[in-house]
Amino acid sequence: MLEIANNRFPRTPYYLMGIGVVLLLVGSYYGLFVAPPERYMGEVQRIMYVHVPTAWNALLAITFAFVCAIAFLMRSDFKWDARMEAAIEVGVLLAFLLCVQGAIWAKPTWGVWWDWDPRLTTTAVLLFAFLGILALRRFVDDPVKRGIWSAVATIIAYVDVPIVYFSVRWWNSLHQLQSSPDTVSSQFHLPLRVNAFGVLFLMTGFIMLRARLASLRHVSEVAPPPMLAEEAGEMA
Amino acid sequence: MIAALRKELLLQWRTRAQFLAVFVFGATALLLFSFAIGPNAADLRKFSAGFLWLGLLLSSTLTLSESFHAEMENRAMEGLLLLPADPRVLYYGKAIANWLQLMVLGIALVPVMVVLYDAGTTKIPMLLVVIALGAAGLSAPGTLYAAMTAQVRSKQTLLPLLLFPLIVPALLASVKATSLLILGDPMGSLGSWLTLLGAFDAIYWALCGLLYGRVVEE
Repeated sequence: MLEIANNRFPRTPYYLMGIGVVLLLVGSYYGLFVAPPERYMGEVQRIMYVHVPTAWNALLAITFAFVCAIAFLMRSDFKWDARMEAAIEVGVLLAFLLCVQGAIWAKPTWGVWWDWDPRLTTTAVLLFAFLGILALRRFVDDPVKRGIWSAVATIIAYVDVPIVYFSVRWWNSLHQLQSSPDTVSSQFHLPLRVNAFGVLFLMTGFIMLRARLASLRHVSEVAPPPMLAEEAGEMA
Repeated sequence: MIAALRKELLLQWRTRAQFLAVFVFGATALLLFSFAIGPNAADLRKFSAGFLWLGLLLSSTLTLSESFHAEMENRAMEGLLLLPADPRVLYYGKAIANWLQLMVLGIALVPVMVVLYDAGTTKIPMLLVVIALGAAGLSAPGTLYAAMTAQVRSKQTLLPLLLFPLIVPALLASVKATSLLILGDPMGSLGSWLTLLGAFDAIYWALCGLLYGRVVEE
């Protein structure tokens, strides 16, 4: 049974990840060596070529997890549970990278590692919320309950994201006005877009691989113990 | 629903020693927070609203996780689910009971805050509204998550882990609104924070009730 599951999607994730890596290399080369340095922020600004794609894709991964959660609650098909687990894990990883990149960028630009900017704060809250859901999955042994509970928690946490964003924006704007990084001028578009697709392909590949892993684990979880399976085989 | 609420309130009344212990815990937390700042009266007064809500938040994890204690004994939950009643009724009964208990706890912690931090306010009715709305924001998702984590190993860790990131907006709005009541509100922004709190409550009271049936089903 494991072989069948393995052969069903033979190479697609690897092709996607290959395309993603190539695109990331091209985009990063262009961003690092070809695109001109930004006038005010200088060379530091080049981190935007990975930072912005990471942000878009982190949001995309979490949104996909939300869609999977709804699909799982409606269909009770464990395929969606596996995809949700994969999307949350990849989304959490991207959100963590996002916070790290943001801190690396903020230190030379704003002079501090962290700022209570709405986007930054929302990413941190999102990171912790979904880390909590991953922890919940670890602690529940029954696969059905694990699926339903983490789907419910995913929906609740996802609905929270815009509320957090607006509340932090409100909260912070009463203290100080944060100058947000300007919109990107046309010279900087190309590496940004290439990298965005690079991360997208890489992420899709990761999610597919991780979802397959989760499906396989689910199969082995609900499979009868080997002794019983043999007996069933003999009886058939 | 009335019957479900009555059951919860009766249960809480019977375990009022527990409530007292949680209150003492919250008051101790308030006492300890002041050591983090030092004995500067102006600073303490400035941060008093935040301390009050953090104290209430920490205490609420005890209240919430305890609220499913009775259901977990002798598989009482299964018995309740066998009743010819919508599980949503059970949820709202428990959530309202938790809300009332957190509200009483919050009101009980206010005098402690006033004494320790010299953070009095004359707008008592408004403060009650803020506490009621804030406690509602804690109770709705808290009750849902408590229903999950009560059945899990290491529930004491998992409930705050799930609940704390989620209630950031409610906490923020409650702290801000309370702080405006204590320190004065020159820009008249109290109303917008109350609106935010109300919106958070409305969303989660509706959403959690909707999803509760799936959480407890067998």
